[in-house]
Amino acid sequence: MALFATCLTDTFYPDTARAVVRLLERLGCTVDFPLGQTCCGQMHFNTGYREQAKPLAQRYAGVFAGYHAVVVPSGSCAGMVREFHPGLVGASPATTMTYELTEFLVDVLGVTDVGAYFPHRVTYHPTCHSLRMLGVGDRPLTLLRAVRGLDLVELPFAETCCGFGGTFAVKNAETSTAMLADKMRCVLDTGAEVVTAGDNSCLMHIGGGLSRVRAGVRPVHLAEILASTEEEPWAAIR
Amino acid sequence: MGSNPVTWLGTPPFPKAAHAALGDSQLRANLRKATGTIRAKRAEAVAELSDWERLRRAGEAIKDDVLSRLDTYLERLERAVTERGGVVHWARDAAEANDTVLRLTREAGADEVVKVKSMATQEIGLNEALAAGGVHAIETDLAELIVQLGHDRPSHILVPAIHRNRAEIRDIFRRQMPSAPPWLSDKPVALTEAARRHLRRKFLSAKVAISGANFAVADTGSIVVVESEGNGRMCLTLPRTLITVMGLEKIVPTWRDLEVFLQLLPRSSTAERMNPYTSVWTGVTPGDGPQRFHLVLLDNGRTNALADPVGRQALRCIRCSACLNVCPVYERTGGQAYGSVYPGPIGAILAPQLVGDMHDAQAASLPYASSLCGACYEVCPVRINIPEVLVHLRAQATAAKGSRGPEALGMAAAGWVFADPKRYEAAQRAGSLARFLARDGWITRLPFPGSRWTASRDVPAPPAESFRMWWRRTRG
Repeated sequence: MALFATCLTDTFYPDTARAVVRLLERLGCTVDFPLGQTCCGQMHFNTGYREQAKPLAQRYAGVFAGYHAVVVPSGSCAGMVREFHPGLVGASPATTMTYELTEFLVDVLGVTDVGAYFPHRVTYHPTCHSLRMLGVGDRPLTLLRAVRGLDLVELPFAETCCGFGGTFAVKNAETSTAMLADKMRCVLDTGAEVVTAGDNSCLMHIGGGLSRVRAGVRPVHLAEILASTEEEPWAAIR
Repeated sequence: MGSNPVTWLGTPPFPKAAHAALGDSQLRANLRKATGTIRAKRAEAVAELSDWERLRRAGEAIKDDVLSRLDTYLERLERAVTERGGVVHWARDAAEANDTVLRLTREAGADEVVKVKSMATQEIGLNEALAAGGVHAIETDLAELIVQLGHDRPSHILVPAIHRNRAEIRDIFRRQMPSAPPWLSDKPVALTEAARRHLRRKFLSAKVAISGANFAVADTGSIVVVESEGNGRMCLTLPRTLITVMGLEKIVPTWRDLEVFLQLLPRSSTAERMNPYTSVWTGVTPGDGPQRFHLVLLDNGRTNALADPVGRQALRCIRCSACLNVCPVYERTGGQAYGSVYPGPIGAILAPQLVGDMHDAQAASLPYASSLCGACYEVCPVRINIPEVLVHLRAQATAAKGSRGPEALGMAAAGWVFADPKRYEAAQRAGSLARFLARDGWITRLPFPGSRWTASRDVPAPPAESFRMWWRRTRG
């Protein structure tokens, strides 16, 4: 199987991609990272540059042809590939075999307890595209509940968008910020030390806001929590 | 007003219009309370029905059938209405519709008309057109009346005065309603009583009523209006002449099809199992109700939307407002920031299509007034895939802007980088130098356009080594 790291995680969050590799290898998978991969084209597509998303979708289909599965640590990029690549360049085995991380763990590997250990107070934000486009449902929460030492606190108004929305965050920066302010208030109300999600894009937004106000709450991708064990805690995955 | 009054002349593009709204604490509090309440109630009302998803699919299928054979159904409707004693008028655009209504009102010898709440007449700016022709239109829906008396603009499809709280409403009534006592309180019962006294006189004196239509049954020529207050019923039964302005797409084929929509609409809209008043009339009934009935069939950009295979699904809309109530953008900016009688997610896809000109900066900004979170699609009773249409219209907006703007050039550059892994990795290496701008792993200030992000959010410092570099070093 192959890892599609996504351009954002590859560039800004290598820890998340390393965590996915470690987690999947621990569960017995052989993980490849084809170096021909770049970006799924979501930014172009969602901003109205459909034509420029096409070669990226084409590249994806070529790079990931021949793998049994492609795992993506992002609900929105997995959604882009599965929901919109077929409309851009036609369906391909790569698009149908693409899974968001928690889908792959629960549905393909059939695992809900990945043997993780993470002794922190954590709240989970279900990202919009994982929730409403892919329909990952409670898979992430099921995985988190099985993590030893983890104190899971429910996020109020969890299903409300954090205001990221790709280029929305800069095109409508003020509205995006107003949405973020409410999301941050909900996160802070939980008293959690860590806010987690299945998308680094949304975490970059929520975490960027929390950092600005020195809230002392750390954004951590779900994969990093699931990769963490008693022997090798997440902070050591470097 | 522009050539098409569906958008208000002088409203700036959405990001700018949102600025003032976001800073208005009263507006924010009113909207948070109102949308939060109706959102929870809708969810309960919908959860009562085990076949809700099938109802949605039925609604979608019926509307799609109507849209695919609209010409046939329209002629069938015209025939049925005419056979029952009504008169059908066709209006290409707002101006034609307004001229027709004004002419018919004058022919009826009226200089004052009472109005049933109607989106179509708001869309064409009918009240203003009538006023210019010397006819005073009186809104009888309580929320529309509040907007009209306050010389305000609507901010919601169902509850146009949702941005007002009761203290503000009391002040408007005290100032603008001659019959309202100076000691009028802000209790809902006192406010409705004042409105009732004000309106009853108008119902009894008006010779002409003007309405919209929620549905029109093609087979029988029956027109349906659903409402909560009964003021619409007054308008539809008391005056001698009734003029209905209806968007072309409001047709359902048969009487039986109403079964689906009369379940979908109230539950989605007011979170009721059934709305209090459903009025249905078929042409003219001698000795009962209006003795003259005119139906104005309005295009005003609808055939333009119909020609677009992706965009046309917006014409399924039954104006329930569920998408507004769940929208995180609408909840914060309110409806007026959209600069149109159709605000919220549905407005963001409908208004630009009715305007039909993506060179209009305000209209072209509307499809971007969304984070694409998808909450609207989830609640839409006729399954309009609003995010899909938003993205589709964004492509039209970028095409209209051309390929030489800064954003288009930036996107082209990004596409060029992503097209080749070597270029992409070189860009990662160059970009990672930004880490020297960081303190404690975060960058707090970037030059434009990054400043739009860093105005309120930090950026994580890019690491010295991207994942692919690490992979090649350790595994490659």
